[in-house]
Amino acid sequence: MNAIRLYGRYVRASLHSQMRYPASFLLTSLGAFLATGIDFIAVWALFARFRQIAGWHFGEVALFYAVIGVSFALADGLTRGFDVFGEQFVRTGDFDRVLVRPRSTVLQLLGYEVRATRIGRLAQAVVVWIIATRLTHIGWTWQVWSTLLFAVAGGMALFSGILVLQATMAFWTVESLEIANTLSYGGVEAAQYPLDIYARWFRNFLTFVVPLGCVSYFPVASVLGRADRTGLWPGLLPFSPALGFVFLGVALWTWRFGVRRYASTGS
Amino acid sequence: MTAATVRPYLAVFRARFQLLLQYRAAALAGFGTQCWWGTVKVMVFAAFLSGQVDSPMTLRQTIDYVWLGQALLMMLPWSADPELARMVRSGDVAYERLRPVETYAYWFARAVARRTATPLLRAIPMVLTAGVLLPSLGFARWGLSAPAGGSAVAIFSLSMVLVIALASAFSTLLDLLAVLMLSERGVNILVAPLAIVFSGSLVPLPLLPQWLQPAMRYQPFAGLLDFPLRIYSGHLAGADALAALAGQAAWVLVLVALGRVLTTWVMARLQVQGG
Repeated sequence: MNAIRLYGRYVRASLHSQMRYPASFLLTSLGAFLATGIDFIAVWALFARFRQIAGWHFGEVALFYAVIGVSFALADGLTRGFDVFGEQFVRTGDFDRVLVRPRSTVLQLLGYEVRATRIGRLAQAVVVWIIATRLTHIGWTWQVWSTLLFAVAGGMALFSGILVLQATMAFWTVESLEIANTLSYGGVEAAQYPLDIYARWFRNFLTFVVPLGCVSYFPVASVLGRADRTGLWPGLLPFSPALGFVFLGVALWTWRFGVRRYASTGS
Repeated sequence: MTAATVRPYLAVFRARFQLLLQYRAAALAGFGTQCWWGTVKVMVFAAFLSGQVDSPMTLRQTIDYVWLGQALLMMLPWSADPELARMVRSGDVAYERLRPVETYAYWFARAVARRTATPLLRAIPMVLTAGVLLPSLGFARWGLSAPAGGSAVAIFSLSMVLVIALASAFSTLLDLLAVLMLSERGVNILVAPLAIVFSGSLVPLPLLPQWLQPAMRYQPFAGLLDFPLRIYSGHLAGADALAALAGQAAWVLVLVALGRVLTTWVMARLQVQGG
């Protein structure tokens, strides 16, 4: 069986088991929808009072918010195995079992669980996306779609990379550290506003260290037809999400390094 | 009430307080997260408030609100005590019923420890970073500034005492609901978003739309964070500040009374599980 078919089987098994508890699935999804929805209402409330932020209007900021929200919801739903890696695999010694199977560790952890309840978060981001299309005047050509889909793909790669790094840390710390949430949840918070409102040092951090800006700000700004105010070469803007994949590559390289030095906690 | 009747509750408080002070690594991780969150919020509000805008709060007051809000974040009644629901599931609650203390006061004392020890561990590094480190590095404009004056300090201190009482009364109510439902998960999913929005932790309450303002003043969550933060920066002063204290005190009385009634009701139909 090839890797893709095996992964498909993992996904089916995971969804099947979660659908055994339909009420729990519905309520948790609804909870995620409402909790993130409140977050967006806060953005709306600020625009209701102040009308604009550094020259950007509500509809434009909604598109930044939607693109990063969709990327995060998808990545968060697919990488559960890395998210719980410290408690579920390292501390218990279960990672030994993963290592003796003749398949890659990454594939097995991706197949550990597909979190169906993240549909709530995804739905919220899609609703915001629709609001954004109503409030802005973008011609939805194939170039626009491909730029934004590339941004979402880059964003998924970036957030997956952050979760892989969080899991990698567990090889040394045993427990997963909450500090990685700063980059995942905190990254969503930071990237839902246009990058040019931030101070230069923070903007550079979000471009060159953890390229959150590259998977939302630059592509969305180019779609909105707004001149970039951070001084990057304009021709490069739509291609910046590629940095998300570079980040994932580095994360996976670090992961392999971590796997090699893994010492089991089991006896 | 005499000293002898209070003593067991003080002992419970002291024991829980010392236990909760041990979670220092978690507090450090939380502190890191809150630094990030505070920094992003300060920059976002600075961008909103720059230029010609008509704002009910100055940027100075908003920045103080953000940093102090991050410092006191763990005082919010986010969640029910997971241990109590577990006690009901395992049947250990039977031991709790045998103790010669009043159940509500006993659980309230536990809640007071939770709402002081955990926040304290986070508030100290946060206030030192935003109030001392940032100004000494030359970023005083972006840090936490000194309180608005002598009377602001006095009223703020009183208000913080009421915050502890209010947060603990809230927490005890959540604990009771968790005991009733045998699990804290449902309660937490419902309460966390309410607390974060209506306390002003997400957006300072005065910055919410004008038509919401009267309702915001009278709801119980405002007394958990919004009132003390505004008293600190002088946004609420004089008679308004005293009215805020009265509002906090009134909600403490309401929630404690509600908690007592609920305790009687819950205990009357408590089923001890296990065998």
